[in-house]
Amino acid sequence: MVFKHDVVVVGAGLAGLRAALEVAGNADVALISKVYPTRSHSGAAQGGIAAALGNEEPDSWEWHMYDTVKGGDYLTDQNVAEILAQDAPRAVYELEHFGVPFNRTPEGKIAQRAFGGHTRDFGKAAVKRACYAADRSGRVMMDTLYFQVERKGIKAYPEFQMLDLIFKDKQVVGLVAYELATGEVHFFHSRVVMLATGGYGKIYKTTSNAFANTGEGLYIPYRAGIPLEDMEFVQFHPTGIYGLGVLLTEAARGEGGVLRNDAGERFMERYAPTIKDLAPRDMVSRAIWTEIRAGRGVGGKDYVHLDLTHLGEKKLAERLSDITSFVKIYLGLDPARELVPVQPTCHYMMGGIPCDVDGHVLGDKHEIITGLYAAGECSCLSLHGANRLGCNSLLDLVVFGRRTGLQIVRDLGRLPWNEPPENPDRATVERIRRIKERKTGEKVGSLRSSLQEVMTTNCSVFRHEETMEQALLEIRSLQERYARIAIDNKGLKFNTDLLDALELEALLGLAEAVTVSALNRKESRGAHSREDYPERNDEEWLKHTLIQKKDGEPRVFYKPVTITRFQPKPRTY
Amino acid sequence: MEMRFKIFRFDPEVDKEPRFQSYTVSAEPHHRILDCLNKIKWEQDGTLGYRMSCGHGICGSDGMRINGVCGLACQKLVKEYEGTEVVLEPLPHFKVLKDLIVEMDGFLEQVKRFRPYLISTSPPPEKERYQSPEDRKKVGDVIRCILCACCTAACPAMDENEKYVGPAALVWAYRLINDSRDDAFRERLKAVDFKDGVWSCKNYFECTRVCPKTIPVTKSINLLKREIEKTFPERSH
Ligand SMILES: Cc1cc2nc3c(=O)[nH]c(=O)nc-3n(C[C@H](O)[C@H](O)[C@H](O)COP(=O)(O)OP(=O)(O)OC[C@H]3O[C@@H](n4cnc5c(N)ncnc54)[C@H](O)[C@@H]3O)c2cc1C
Ligand code: SF4
Ligand code: SF4
Ligand code: FES
Repeated sequence: MVFKHDVVVVGAGLAGLRAALEVAGNADVALISKVYPTRSHSGAAQGGIAAALGNEEPDSWEWHMYDTVKGGDYLTDQNVAEILAQDAPRAVYELEHFGVPFNRTPEGKIAQRAFGGHTRDFGKAAVKRACYAADRSGRVMMDTLYFQVERKGIKAYPEFQMLDLIFKDKQVVGLVAYELATGEVHFFHSRVVMLATGGYGKIYKTTSNAFANTGEGLYIPYRAGIPLEDMEFVQFHPTGIYGLGVLLTEAARGEGGVLRNDAGERFMERYAPTIKDLAPRDMVSRAIWTEIRAGRGVGGKDYVHLDLTHLGEKKLAERLSDITSFVKIYLGLDPARELVPVQPTCHYMMGGIPCDVDGHVLGDKHEIITGLYAAGECSCLSLHGANRLGCNSLLDLVVFGRRTGLQIVRDLGRLPWNEPPENPDRATVERIRRIKERKTGEKVGSLRSSLQEVMTTNCSVFRHEETMEQALLEIRSLQERYARIAIDNKGLKFNTDLLDALELEALLGLAEAVTVSALNRKESRGAHSREDYPERNDEEWLKHTLIQKKDGEPRVFYKPVTITRFQPKPRTY
Repeated sequence: MEMRFKIFRFDPEVDKEPRFQSYTVSAEPHHRILDCLNKIKWEQDGTLGYRMSCGHGICGSDGMRINGVCGLACQKLVKEYEGTEVVLEPLPHFKVLKDLIVEMDGFLEQVKRFRPYLISTSPPPEKERYQSPEDRKKVGDVIRCILCACCTAACPAMDENEKYVGPAALVWAYRLINDSRDDAFRERLKAVDFKDGVWSCKNYFECTRVCPKTIPVTKSINLLKREIEKTFPERSH
């Protein structure tokens, strides 16, 4: 079937919802989402959203901007961080007006708490900047925006999965999507496609990410020749439940939780004397691995303890009840009395589709790709630089989701309806036919776990040329084997077997992009930590990586970082 | 350990009648039922249909009937079922689309009929609308809802009256009726005050028993009933 909408937003997480709200009423906008909108990954966000409201302690947007830049290890484009920090209070008040049930201070204002890397006076001490609704901030924000979208009557296509983007003369004319319930392949003809498809943490074995986070939203434009930016920067969150990756929010440390090694020592004091357990995620994750490697993991194993026992049942119930229940359900432990085994878990992708501050997707010559927009975790505005601060993602989604929506409305006047090429869905239909046709072959599941294993062992918190060369070899051999996969399910209805197979192509492609980008960056910065190049090297590497597919091969090139107010300094906390 | 499963299968493309199919997988005690489903699908039978996304009880995708009790497959650990054959069925009262996958639109429609968004008659202030911590506490439990539909599926009152809006819709009504920032209190109360609204709830407590987010669903519905009687004393049943 062919559907026609002025604007098609792909992804119904917070970025997509916020953008769609802005377009509604100005143009015909539709949302497509591979999972039911209310099941998008934004709902998993626990800790909160950053904004210098100053409700609990004096705060200022300049400090927030500074923290963002420093947190990003100076790879952050400072003009972007400035927009974020300045717009944050407005964005949070707006969410409050939409109905988000934030926790409150005794005077009835939005309550705020401490989070990693949030400081006052340019790094002097921790500050309470994160606005929160218990430890389910993302879920309530998403439900609130989803029902606002419903209220505006925006058309949603739930369980429709984008499989291709269609261009004509370098302009977007729509996309191809697969309807899960029927197995039909549809063409969406549009003037604008906005990508808000979130992250792709599923390239790793242990991850806080949802099963849906497989990255087609980035891989499809990459396959079409659009570059990806800063892909080597992958965030590992220090406190995933050991072995499972289920996240225990940083707010646990914001509320006073501490990390302890085998000897019961609060080891973060040695790594970040000023803000200790509230240091940014890259530093805490490295500290944990350093402890483990030095044999100070608990019982000599590869985890440490998160100690919440001194917080008291009341605080745990009021502010951290979801994670308390995760610990009870999955570990059978009571965090009010027992220590919780934790380990860094893949969490957030700083890299993505290069965009300007209004959501225009940029090509390899930094030119605007007409009709294509992106926001949220799949995009790269160079906001989070080499390491994202906690609570800056939810803020990014609503600030830049809205800006993108506004810009789409402004641009629509001069964006014509272009004729699509003939049979725009042909390549997709063909790809599906080929996979379904093969009678015997390798299973998708085993290839995928090999990939996740390779990335986890060779290209995670610590990296080295040798291990990454190894990873690259293995990824490429997996890519070859991918050509011989076969699936059991040849049916039409809810054929997730088929979609798993198609998603694996994206995972393989993105894993390659991450590894090649990481191999090329010969320094350590933020989340990218090279054992063979342990120092940050501003002279040569204060620049953004771009990676592009050229004749099937990834080509790497660079662009400068925008520096306005804050000159790079050594990053200590 | 070896885990035996008996799973409801129905593919309207090929099956006239639903059937059950048995599978055996090896699992560790701390594995989730969802991990077993994935193992079955990825290693044994790619035709099996079920939904999932977050894997830890936040997205609401994998509600199903597990040994007769509605719940999330990602929240149930294998060790709870040691030695039994685990029977997995789709949520009752919902139309089966394929295997464990049910139709969700009707469920969401019931939630939406009570306008699950803030209605305010005053223009928004420059900063936040104030709300005391005590007022915020009134919704502290119900904002945990993840729209998984386990409660509505489990509710025996749905057998007696299939037009009943169901507990989840009432949880959402409760959420806004008790939000001190909302200005549609009376209209909202009136909207749930009808036979297929709060009054179809017969206090079976099944919803409360199954809710994976431990929301006191029955209590909330009873508070709504009481609020209706208090606010509209002139009304009679
Ligand atoms: C456990 C956890 C806790 C977190 N806590 C916080 C926090 O406290 N504060 C904070 O700031 N950040 C937090 N984050 C990060 C933040 O939640 C994410 O970065 C953010 O939600 C991403 O939002 P998004 O709108 O970009 O995409 P998502 O919410 O991931 O949504 C992606 C959407 O795209 C759709 N989609 C994807 N691919 C396709 C396709 N091919 N076709 C169609 N649709 C598609 C999906 O269905 C979905 O609707 C947390 C993340 C995790 C994992
Ligand atoms: S009230 Fe509980 S069971 Fe019902 S939909 Fe919400 S979370 Fe699910
Ligand atoms: S308490 Fe009411 S809503 Fe809950 S299961 Fe019983 S009848 Fe249904
Ligand atoms: S998979 Fe998300 S709730 Fe179970």
